[in-house]
Amino acid sequence: MTHTASRPGLTRRQLLARSIAAGASFMVGAGFVAARDGAWAMQTAHLEPRSMATLIQMARDIYPHDQLADEFYAIAVRGYDSPEAAPAMEAGIAALDAAAEGHGHASYLDTHWERDRVDILRGMERSAFFQTVRAGLVTGLYNQPDVWPVFGYEGESFSKGGYLARGFDDIAWL
Amino acid sequence: MATKFDLDDDGVVVIIGTGAGGGTLANELAQRGVKVVALEAGGRHLPTDYVNDEWDAFVQLSWLDARTTSGSWRVARDFAGLPAWIVKAVGGSTVHWAGASLRFQPHEWKARTTYGHVAGANLLDWPIDADEMDPWYAAAEDKMGVTLTNGIPGLPGNNNYKVFEAGAKALGYSQVSTGRMAINSQPRDGRPACIQLGFCFQGCKSYAKWSTAYTEIPAGEATGNLEVRENAQALVIEHDANGKVNGVVYADADGVHHKQMARVVCVAGNSIETPRILLNSNSALFPDGLANGSGQVGRNYMRHMTGSVYGIFDRPVKMWRGTTMAGIINDEAHHDPSRGFVGGYELETLSLGLPFMAAFLDPGGWGREFTSALDGYENMAGMWIVGEDMPQETNRISLNFDVKDQFGLPAPNVHFDDHPNDVAMRNHAYRQGMAIYQAVGATRVFPTPPYPSTHNLGTARMSEHARDGVVNRWGQAHEVSNLFVSDGSQFTTGAAENPTLTIVALAIRQADHIAREMNAGTL
Repeated sequence: MTHTASRPGLTRRQLLARSIAAGASFMVGAGFVAARDGAWAMQTAHLEPRSMATLIQMARDIYPHDQLADEFYAIAVRGYDSPEAAPAMEAGIAALDAAAEGHGHASYLDTHWERDRVDILRGMERSAFFQTVRAGLVTGLYNQPDVWPVFGYEGESFSKGGYLARGFDDIAWL
Repeated sequence: MATKFDLDDDGVVVIIGTGAGGGTLANELAQRGVKVVALEAGGRHLPTDYVNDEWDAFVQLSWLDARTTSGSWRVARDFAGLPAWIVKAVGGSTVHWAGASLRFQPHEWKARTTYGHVAGANLLDWPIDADEMDPWYAAAEDKMGVTLTNGIPGLPGNNNYKVFEAGAKALGYSQVSTGRMAINSQPRDGRPACIQLGFCFQGCKSYAKWSTAYTEIPAGEATGNLEVRENAQALVIEHDANGKVNGVVYADADGVHHKQMARVVCVAGNSIETPRILLNSNSALFPDGLANGSGQVGRNYMRHMTGSVYGIFDRPVKMWRGTTMAGIINDEAHHDPSRGFVGGYELETLSLGLPFMAAFLDPGGWGREFTSALDGYENMAGMWIVGEDMPQETNRISLNFDVKDQFGLPAPNVHFDDHPNDVAMRNHAYRQGMAIYQAVGATRVFPTPPYPSTHNLGTARMSEHARDGVVNRWGQAHEVSNLFVSDGSQFTTGAAENPTLTIVALAIRQADHIAREMNAGTL
């Protein structure tokens, strides 16, 4: 994961020039998926870049928080880009795309309304693929310390002396 | 400090486990001059090691050996391999407990007499009562420094408590306070006052919360009479030809088996491991498991009727700031069958960090209904429900011969179905909990299902008659005179209160009994 399009030897412009759109949010090229605006890019070694884009979209559809950037979802699923995990993921994504086609869409990424994507996911809610991705997100997404401040959660407190002098009882509206 | 006893020293008391029961018993025996070897399956983690991070602490401290589940409880579906959230470390589950320290109400020692016959429940009176336990409770409260006892002031209320208290008062409840907690509100016993860290469940880094890990255990070791053997997981208890136990086989950190000889064996491995060890210790003399002539070993497993309620408000609460459970409403703890159930329940403040809230708010849930709740995390207040559940013979720990642990022994299976009384009580508590938050302006409330069990009780229960249970009024096995059960497994019924104070009180009393009997030569 790079926060900007800083792949060695490639400028953001060059990177995006080597990519094509994948759904509404992502660009994919040889061995990478990137944000449409180039805000971040992630290389893939074992998953097809389009598959990684699909996983990121699926992650957002399972746990949608509009205040969280795609990058957090990308971090949450990047572990599936491994020799062990990739085959089952590719098979699951193929089934997801087939389900999307069954709903009259070109693919999951080309299903533009969240409501329609959620319908597709509901149809495969009991599959091992869905449950693996969902369960993995519980820690993969919500246990990212960079996510916590978005929800107000303050994390570790011991090094700051706890909350005794930092507002443990500061509620003022009751 | 570094007292070592020989494996073939058959004069020692061997205690399995160092938590509320085992750790307290170890120190109390050592103080009375009894030589003790305490076998602890986990390692020694102290406050300097504890981490203010829910998942890291979970991995560091939890008992994660192979376990299976069955029955209609939702935990079997959502957390199939994790029926209980307990600790594997020196100090046992006193490392992560919340600190709530409530005495049983007098009638709760006599549940069968008070509640009468309840269909499907295996209710029984304890063979002991409130008067007999009074001095032992007093000793436990003094040892643990329980707030609102012994002149110790209550803890200050945090944000989560203030919402809870305001709602309780608006609803007409009168018995609401920051509760009797074994967390220092002022320096005591060489430990400082609580600094409102908010990570009680992850091990108290400030030492303000009582835990055997850094109170009882070092105090016992300082006498020279106690050796705590860490990373020593008890496997089976062995006996001689006369049916008296003579030692415990355990695996060390390298998996090598040893047998520690013993004059007396006390089992305090929490209510899943304690019966498993007894069941795995079957022999020609005890074909159904050690001390299991009644067939009650592993049965009557109780986990308390639990659940949680969270409320979301239109303004911030920041419930994670400060002591996790310092807030208790006692108004529903009494027995009043007009509510539609026997027994009662406590309401106690509870907060989870964002990572655990995501895992436990609605396990398996997803989509915007779920995520919009988490979006309100900063504005959320939370409480836990803990009430008396009915003992049922079919709720039990049994051996799963299809699944082996890392030592090749059958894993425990935990089977649990709610009793209709449990369901009726939970529904009542959900309604009251939601009403508390709605009374102070909650815009959304969540009745949240029970988590993996933290209160595990009853699987080697105390009974007047041998046919009804496993141990007698001293926690001594009916069938084996030098075998004791020293943890919550001996609970005849669960009462509404968090069990640790009662486990500690029983352990002090049991130590007094064992030391006296050993001195008299009758044990």
